[in-house]
Amino acid sequence: MSDRKPTHGTYAVLAVPVTMLVVFFLVPFGIMVASSFYHRVEGGFYTPAFELNSWRRLFTEVFIERAVFSIGISLLAGAVCIAVAFPFTFFLTRMKRRPHVALLVVVMSALSLSEVIVGFTWSVLLGRAAGISNILVWLGVMDEARAYQPGFVAVLLGLCYIAFPYCVLTLYPSLSRLDREVTEAAQTMGASPWRTFWTVVVPISRPIIVAGFLLVFVFTLGSYLISAILGRPEHWTLSVFISDQASFNANVPFAAAMAIFLTVLSLAVVGVVTVVESRTRRLT
Amino acid sequence: MQERGGLRLQELVKRFGDLEAVAGVDLELPPGRLISFLGPSGCGKTTLLRMIAGLEQPTAGRVFLDGEDVTDRPPHSRDIGMVFQTLALFPHLSVSGNIGYGMKIRGVAQAEIRRRVDELLKMVSLEGTADRRVSQLSGGQRQRVATARALALEPRLFLLDEPLSALDANLREQLQVELRLLQQKLGITTIMVTHDQREAMTMSDLVVVMQAGRVEQVGLPLEVYRRPATAFVARFIGSTNLLETTGAGDGRVRLRDRDLAVPGADRSDGGPVLVSVRPEDARLHVGLGAVPNAIPGTVVFVRDLGELFECYVDCELREHVVVAGSPRERVPVDQGDAVQVEFPPDACVVVRA
Repeated sequence: MSDRKPTHGTYAVLAVPVTMLVVFFLVPFGIMVASSFYHRVEGGFYTPAFELNSWRRLFTEVFIERAVFSIGISLLAGAVCIAVAFPFTFFLTRMKRRPHVALLVVVMSALSLSEVIVGFTWSVLLGRAAGISNILVWLGVMDEARAYQPGFVAVLLGLCYIAFPYCVLTLYPSLSRLDREVTEAAQTMGASPWRTFWTVVVPISRPIIVAGFLLVFVFTLGSYLISAILGRPEHWTLSVFISDQASFNANVPFAAAMAIFLTVLSLAVVGVVTVVESRTRRLT
Repeated sequence: MQERGGLRLQELVKRFGDLEAVAGVDLELPPGRLISFLGPSGCGKTTLLRMIAGLEQPTAGRVFLDGEDVTDRPPHSRDIGMVFQTLALFPHLSVSGNIGYGMKIRGVAQAEIRRRVDELLKMVSLEGTADRRVSQLSGGQRQRVATARALALEPRLFLLDEPLSALDANLREQLQVELRLLQQKLGITTIMVTHDQREAMTMSDLVVVMQAGRVEQVGLPLEVYRRPATAFVARFIGSTNLLETTGAGDGRVRLRDRDLAVPGADRSDGGPVLVSVRPEDARLHVGLGAVPNAIPGTVVFVRDLGELFECYVDCELREHVVVAGSPRERVPVDQGDAVQVEFPPDACVVVRA
């Protein structure tokens, strides 16, 4: 494959996505980098300049706290999603064809819901007026309806709900290709199904688990509506902060600096996790 | 070593929906021997093996191991070792990790695992590969790792599901001999599933020929070849001439206008009698002189393969009669020659349809 010389046709086909990437990603990103050094005009616009004011603000306590919170809740969402999606997908691929396909369709149909709809639906479900706690009261489990949102758990739940189908989609191909005889071999050697799962299925799937985890992490790090709808200000992620600065405070240079910081941070986390994963894999 | 691993299968049935994969199998298998389940694909042999392993629950019937009913035991408490068709090695573990897996699960001490892994590697001639990744091994080496892994816990039953099917012909023959020698050395009860009659003949003490979910014949390898019980067995193991004769009573059958002596042909009512004669047992005679137990025909095709010559003769039967032999004793015939094909009485076997 690598021996074949790329023809003009190959370049022509490649030109389309490359152009798109340059025009719609690299150029706007360059503009954003530039504007992060611009001078902010109080109460209005900004003028071209080169100053580090916006960058300096990244080192304030408030910002660092927000950054740590955002990273933390995204890592947590990644962990929760994998913990639920991995066994789910594994048992899904072991099901008979009909329930298998049906369940897959249900999970995938959640992809058609927009973040706004998901956010407000959960907000109703977790609220006091018409939420699920009313059902618990009706069943006699609880004495009185209560609200579970806004709150940290509500935000985490919303993020996981949004990311879950993507996580399943990432895990699905590799788990459905996992040779049934490999798990059977473990069982003939004395491993119970539970031990087989932990000593064979999970270790074999480690690369894909890491991939799914990173996907959820990056995906939820950029999520903005969920934490705005289901959280209190102290549960707001960096994304909410950025849009807040850009739209309401009209501080584009600071928003730009934060956005770049967020991008670099998520790339750094992805890089570190990938390196650590491949290192430890080589050692075992 | 006392004999262990005696297996009894009682009325085993397995249905998958409408499909009856195993349709009632009753077998008593002796301990310490290598037994093959031989048959075409889809005959139920693998399903039968998987039921013995506990990987498949029988729809009906019981499995007894050393007199004990193990039907309801899951595979991990059956004391078996199995080599799978895909080998099913663990890609995330090294060679020693694969072989030591079962011992680790049992909680055997590290040092003891190490010692046993080395012993097993020596047994399958793979010394020095303990720390290699499975992906770095050749096909034959992987097969050996799978064998060592299955034998690591000294199981009561050693199960092989088409264990050599991924290998090329030469290596396959070599490993057949190696596996058989290993099995004889260990004296472990072994059940092998195969569709290759040569493999079954090379390795087995006992051959169980299966078709359509049923056992057609159980016997010693040569016995199954020489005295097939059914037309299916005669055709599946080696090649054969099936003669559709009619019973003439008193050890005689009628083929076209000739009387043939066939021991065991006791039908006298003129009903159909199916007779199998191996090509190498039939004899060719040039010309039309009187030959006992023969029918006339015309040579249609001759081929000499160096190790074997074969002659196809049109005897006005449904199929051409094939006569085979050593090229050194070749009867000089050519296409179009009139010949007589002799079926010596001791080579004629009456088979069920």
